[in-house]
Order: sequence, then structure tokens, then C-alpha cells
Amino acid sequence: MNLHWRKQEKLTEIILKIVGLFSVVVLLLIAIFLFKEAFQIFYKIGTLKVIGGTQWYPTAERPSFGMLPLIMGTISITMLTAMFAVPLGLATAVYIAEIAPYRIKEFLKPIIEMLASFPSVVFGFFGMVVIAPILTTWLSPLLSERLPNVLRGTGIPFLSTIVADLCYDKLFISSGLNMLTASMMLTAKSIPIIASIAEDSIAAVPRTFREASYAIGATKWDTIRHVVVPSSLSGISVAIILGFATIVGETMIVLMAAGGAAVIPNWIFDAVRPMPAAIAAEMAEAPYRSLHYHALFGVGALLFLLNFMLSLISDFVSKRFRKVKLGEKL
Amino acid sequence: MKDKSGDIKRAYLPQRNKGASLKGNLILSFISALGYSGAVILFLVLSFVIYNGVGVLSWDFITKTPTAAMTEGGIFPAILGSALLTLICMVVVLPIGIMTAVFLSEYSKPGTVLKLVNMSIYTLAGVPSVVYGLFGLAVFVIVFEFGMSLLAGSLTLAIMVLPYIISTSEEAIKAVPQSFREASLACGATKLHTIIKVVLPLSLPGILTGAMIGTAKVSGETAPIMFTAAAFFTSGLPRSLFEPVMALPYHIYVLATAGTHIEKTRPIQYGTALTLIVLVLGMNLVGIIIRARERRKKAW
Repeated sequence: MNLHWRKQEKLTEIILKIVGLFSVVVLLLIAIFLFKEAFQIFYKIGTLKVIGGTQWYPTAERPSFGMLPLIMGTISITMLTAMFAVPLGLATAVYIAEIAPYRIKEFLKPIIEMLASFPSVVFGFFGMVVIAPILTTWLSPLLSERLPNVLRGTGIPFLSTIVADLCYDKLFISSGLNMLTASMMLTAKSIPIIASIAEDSIAAVPRTFREASYAIGATKWDTIRHVVVPSSLSGISVAIILGFATIVGETMIVLMAAGGAAVIPNWIFDAVRPMPAAIAAEMAEAPYRSLHYHALFGVGALLFLLNFMLSLISDFVSKRFRKVKLGEKL
Repeated sequence: MKDKSGDIKRAYLPQRNKGASLKGNLILSFISALGYSGAVILFLVLSFVIYNGVGVLSWDFITKTPTAAMTEGGIFPAILGSALLTLICMVVVLPIGIMTAVFLSEYSKPGTVLKLVNMSIYTLAGVPSVVYGLFGLAVFVIVFEFGMSLLAGSLTLAIMVLPYIISTSEEAIKAVPQSFREASLACGATKLHTIIKVVLPLSLPGILTGAMIGTAKVSGETAPIMFTAAAFFTSGLPRSLFEPVMALPYHIYVLATAGTHIEKTRPIQYGTALTLIVLVLGMNLVGIIIRARERRKKAW
């Protein structure tokens, strides 16, 4: 092109501006299409009935589209996973940022990064063929048969009766594809997310803070507990929130390893069908523009809203963090 | 060394306060042990897949098509399908991603527009992959009438990985010191020239790292292509962009859950999983190595 350079500059700027707005357009399009396709189900059946309904039988003769079992599936599996993933992820972050020697750190960081892009379908597969059989053939007999027998044998009043019966009842695992199996694999998927974000914020704590703490005689643990973690608390919260978002949105693991029963779970060995699993499992069979199709878009819209909220919260928290860091508060 | 948290300085500090804090030291060792959990999980899953899959891998396995109702033969169409999906996705997403990154770091002024773009990218990064699948289904498959096809799947994947490519490219571009740009401008180069001749070449390794790791992520994704591109079986090469393709991750999922010969195809599942992992982790490693080398060479 033999344009004058000023024109060239102007043109580039305009083109880049248009391309730059592309992601805004994409986000809008995603929202529009999701809600457009989801609108039907909320309109025809009623929002309350859909979100609060406890019966998810989309392919029955008289279909019913209560999404509560799916929502509860997602919530309970997220809580269970968070119980493993948050401590492990944060420990990894603290270890890499504060404790590990330089070489181990340089070795662990890429490993965590690889874990983050590890295909989740392989995690799901691992849960199916390794964890599930271990639970049913090994753990279940151990905990629901041998343990109660041993407990009964002891003859201690409370232990040999109530606790033993409880073990017998509650620790029997009928199917290896359940909430716990999926949670374990989801933990593997969310550790790297939590660890890498938390590690960044811990590493951003100025060195002088630590030195000041050491100078007044604090040990390393004291320094981590009273100086490093409090000053990176917002970053750590962001890490946890985004960890939640990862768990909520992860599809293949819950599709393959969570059992797929659309029932509100009572216990960690129950099979569940979280929202992403329902979409992935049923979309292929749902006829185009049927009520089922719209219902699945409804589930997708809820999922989108949930993650959108989590993004907003984490954005808010991290903005606050930046203000604190720049301000005179510290 | 280049370590920000000051590993060298730490050597002069009391690492262990003997006797003063047995509890603290115990807690530190406990945290250290937990810190390896990710590495242990990766090791366990990897060694399991390698142990079971390495016997299945052979030249025939990666170059032949499935036969006998998927219970025998190779996975060539799935490898090819994954490669094509990833390639087209990257061809689409890289220009858009890099241009957006250039816009954000070189042309945007602080204000509402910038806030809006950043917020959108941040939100897009958090959208679950299955929702991208729904979007691809509603837009590319149905509205654009691409059908379940290579093109629809690639575009869905492209939109999914866009925020990642933008943020890694932006980071790479922002790492180029401002003085380099000023030097170029002072020589009389235009802004466009400066970007093409100075900024982009210097940030290329960082952009490439992002692209490699993005490629790895894309090739391992299943949910976005489930209703937009993936087929249970195709006999060979896709003849056009508008045909469905097989893909490695979808192949594992289908064989492991939906086939009629789940137990019989177990070896193929292991082999496919191993192939996928080798590809994904291989690309990841290439990205990490580019970055590490570049960091060592870095002149500023």
C-alpha cells in the first residue's frame, strides 16, 4: 500500500480498535444466544418451577424440568472438592513461593502448569478405571464390613453399637462412580489454578516485609502466618474463587466419573449429575427446539450466570487488593 | 539470580530457629509435603496411562483407521481430526488475539472502552467450556448452518481460547521496555513501524509460548466439540470444512462410556489417552522451554 504514513497510522488504529472490541462482541453474543434459547423453558414452565423443581425427567412421557437436582449436584460437588483442593492448592502455593529451594521451585512450577492443561477427559477416564474400582472393591469392604466388625469386637459401649452401625450404613459404596470419585479428579484439575494464582500474589509481597519480620526474630512459620499470608489475602481469595469457577464449569470429569443420577445427593457416595454433565450428556439426544433443548440451554444460562458472578466477585476483590497495595495503609 | 522473592538473601536469614519453634517447623514440613500433591497426582496419572498404553502404541495404531466396530485398528482419523481442529482454531485465533493484545497495550487509552474490553476478556476466561459448546451449537452449527463440522468445532475452540491468547500476548508485549519504543520513535519510525519492527519481534517468544500452551489446551478439550464437530466414526480424511471429524479426546470419552464394547476397547482407550497426553504435554513442554531459554537470553 502506498498510503501516506499518517493515513496508514490512522487506518491501523481503527482496525485494531475494531478487533479489540471483538471480545466484547463475543461475550455479548454468548449471553444473547444463551438467554434467547433458554427463554422458552422459563417462559413456558415458569422460572420458579424450573429452578426449584426437584424432578429432572426430561425424556419421560410427561417430561419434567426441575433443575434443583442438577444445581444441588453442582453445589455439593463443588463444596466437597473445595475441601480437598483449597488446602492442597494453597499449600502448593506457599511451598513454591516461600519454602522450596530455587531448584525445586523451578521444577515444580512447570509441573503445576502442565497439570493445568492436562486433558480433563483423561482425568475422567482415570477416575472411571482406577479410582472407582478401588472404592468399590477395596475401600467399601474395608470400611463397611471389616471396620464395623472390629468396632463391634471392641465392646466399647458407644463405639461398638452406634458408630459401628453408622459405618455399616454410610460407608458402603454401591457404585464407584459417585461424588467422591469425581471430587478427587476435580481436585487434580483445580489445584494448579488455585496454586498458580495464589503463588503469584504471595510472590508479589515485598521482600522488605519478610525481612522486617525476620529482623524482629520471627521464625519462618510466624512470618508466613502473620506477614505473608495476611498481605496477600486478597490474591489468595481470588485464587479460591477462580478455583471454585473451575470446579463449577468442569465438564468431562463430572460427566464420566460422577455417576450421572439426577437426584439431590445426601451423602458423598451418592451419584450426582452436576449442571455441565447434564448439558454434555443430554444435548446430543435433545431434538432441536424441543423443550428439552431449551431446558439444557437454561442450565447453560444458569452456569454462565454463576461463573459471571464469580468473575465479578474475584475482579472486585483483586481491585480492592491493588488499592490496598498502592495506598498508605501498608 | 532473577528470583524476585530473594532466595539468595534468604540464605543469610535464620532458616530454622532451633528449639524455638518445633511446632512451626512441623507445620512447615507438613505444608512442604502437601506442596507436592500436584506433582504426585500428575506422576500417578501419567505413569498409569503410560504403563497401560505403551504396549498398545505402534506404527499401525497411529496410522490405521478403526476396524471391526471400533474394537480393532488404529486411531489415525482421530489424530488427524484433532490436528485439523487445533490448526484451524489457531489460524483463526492468533491474528485476532495478537491484534487485540497490540490494541490493549499500544493503542488503548485508559477509559470506559478499555475497562469494558478487559472485563469482557476476564469474563470470557471464566466461561465454562461446555457453555462455549452450547454457543457453538446455537451459532455456528444452527444459525450459520455449518452443521456438525470441522469449521464449527474450530471456531468454537477459537473463541474459547481467545482470552488466554490475548492475555499471554499482552503480557509478552508489555514486557518490552518502553525505552525500546522511544528509541525507535526517536529514529523517526512511525508507531506502526515500531510495533512491527521492534515490539512484535521482541515479544515473539512470549507470544509463541502462549500459543503453544494454548494449542495444548485446545487439543485436550472435549466439551466444546461434543456438539459442534465430533463424530463417533469417520472412515478417513475429511473432504471439506463442513464435515464432522473424529478427535482424540472425544474418542476416549466415547469408547470409555458409550460404546457397546467398553471392556473390549480398553487397550484402544489407553492407547488413545497416551497419544493425547504425549501431544498435549509435548506442546506444553515446548512452550515452557521456549520461555525458559528466552528468559536466560533476555538482554534487559
